[in-house]
Amino acid sequence: MALARRIIPCLDVDDGRVVKGVNFVGIRDAGDPVEIARRYNEQGADEITFLDITASHEGRDTTIKTVERIAREVFIPLTVGGGVRSVADIRSLLNAGADKVSINTAAIKDPELVRSAAQRFGAQCIVVAMDVKRVSSADEDPRYELFTHGGRHPTGLEAVAWAKQMAEFGAGEILLTSMDRDGTRDGFELTITRQISDAVDIPLIASGGVGTLEHLAAGILEGGADAVLAASIFHFGEYTIPEAKSYLAGQGVEVRL
Amino acid sequence: MTGYVAVIDYGMGNLHSVASALEHAGAPRVEVSHDPQVIAAADRVVFPGVGAIRDCMAEIRRLGCDRLLQSVLDSKRQPVLAICVGMQALMEHSEENDGVATLGFIPGRVNFFGTGLTSADGERLKVPHMGWNQVRQTRQHPMWRGIADGSRFYFVHSYWVQLQDPAIMAGSFEYGVQGCAALACDNLFAVQFHPEKSHEPGLQLLTNFLEWDGSCS
Repeated sequence: MALARRIIPCLDVDDGRVVKGVNFVGIRDAGDPVEIARRYNEQGADEITFLDITASHEGRDTTIKTVERIAREVFIPLTVGGGVRSVADIRSLLNAGADKVSINTAAIKDPELVRSAAQRFGAQCIVVAMDVKRVSSADEDPRYELFTHGGRHPTGLEAVAWAKQMAEFGAGEILLTSMDRDGTRDGFELTITRQISDAVDIPLIASGGVGTLEHLAAGILEGGADAVLAASIFHFGEYTIPEAKSYLAGQGVEVRL
Repeated sequence: MTGYVAVIDYGMGNLHSVASALEHAGAPRVEVSHDPQVIAAADRVVFPGVGAIRDCMAEIRRLGCDRLLQSVLDSKRQPVLAICVGMQALMEHSEENDGVATLGFIPGRVNFFGTGLTSADGERLKVPHMGWNQVRQTRQHPMWRGIADGSRFYFVHSYWVQLQDPAIMAGSFEYGVQGCAALACDNLFAVQFHPEKSHEPGLQLLTNFLEWDGSCS
């Protein structure tokens, strides 16, 4: 009798289409986020995260419609992030059927947004996403800072202190992405994952760098993550969600089978 | 039989998930409303809840949903399903928002999980209690039909229900404490987890609700 660690596939969506490619066997439309979400739901994913990378304003309406379509067919929790700037943005995503909304850059520009959103909608639906990079050299104590714009813009904010502040402001969960590892398939950046997991009382989702099932296990067992997020290992059909879960179960991790 | 399920809308966020899941589970029609006539004429009633308890209680009272719910429960006729904050609102008192008096229809309290929460074997537990946890069915009930004891449901909450009368408990969960996952009393079944987000066992519970006659056996 214990809470299961969660496995969360992540879809990057641009103007209503999944990008970075998805290669499910037998899927009718590999670019349709609804079709892919439905497939992950059937496979036993514990949640689905939908990262909207649409740049245009018009594209945001497409996002809302996509979220509505997913929410009508997929009965597991859905987190939506990307370009969330205001309480109004959060409200429209929640009304469309998102269960949680993740806030990234807007929280850095205005941390009070997290506080007001948590008060208005409840901490349970506010996820703070943080993109971090190691800024210390190899012979120094590790120090990680927040970056924006896909890791290009430094903010000078120290990662652990930021996570603690966001938890204090009412975030219900932290989504931590290592920009050093994202896309590398070298595994999670376990040092900062562990530091933040130990520093805050709220759940932590680890993200960035998963290339193997061993990496998922390490994120949980060594990094202390409550949930692990991955994209490519699932999208390209290398591993299914049930394969990942049965591997984790074999490593002594509590999962929902 | 008017043939619809009423979902009580007291203005606290998205109820489409609950409505879609009910439709998916086979409800011919779902009405999201706080109109007393719509609620009174429904075959069954869902009392959902998201958000912070103080705001919820304020809206429940402002819209008269407290009297509405009282009459539905008193009638012992329409089956009622309360979900998450909907269940918490039925209790007497919640520790959330520095303490809030709730409806008091069911004797018991709503407690904070607390900081420094640990499991029985000493593992540190995060709050909110967020994710898929097992529900131990503590008594038989028509709402559990076709759902294996110990099935996992999706929870997301920082406060938990402690019943004064353990006899009305229908299911429990463990998370540092042994909390009430489900309670059953006459035509009321209330759950802490979100059946509308709990995939197969959740949809089965909603199907059972659509077939339930509102009696406890």
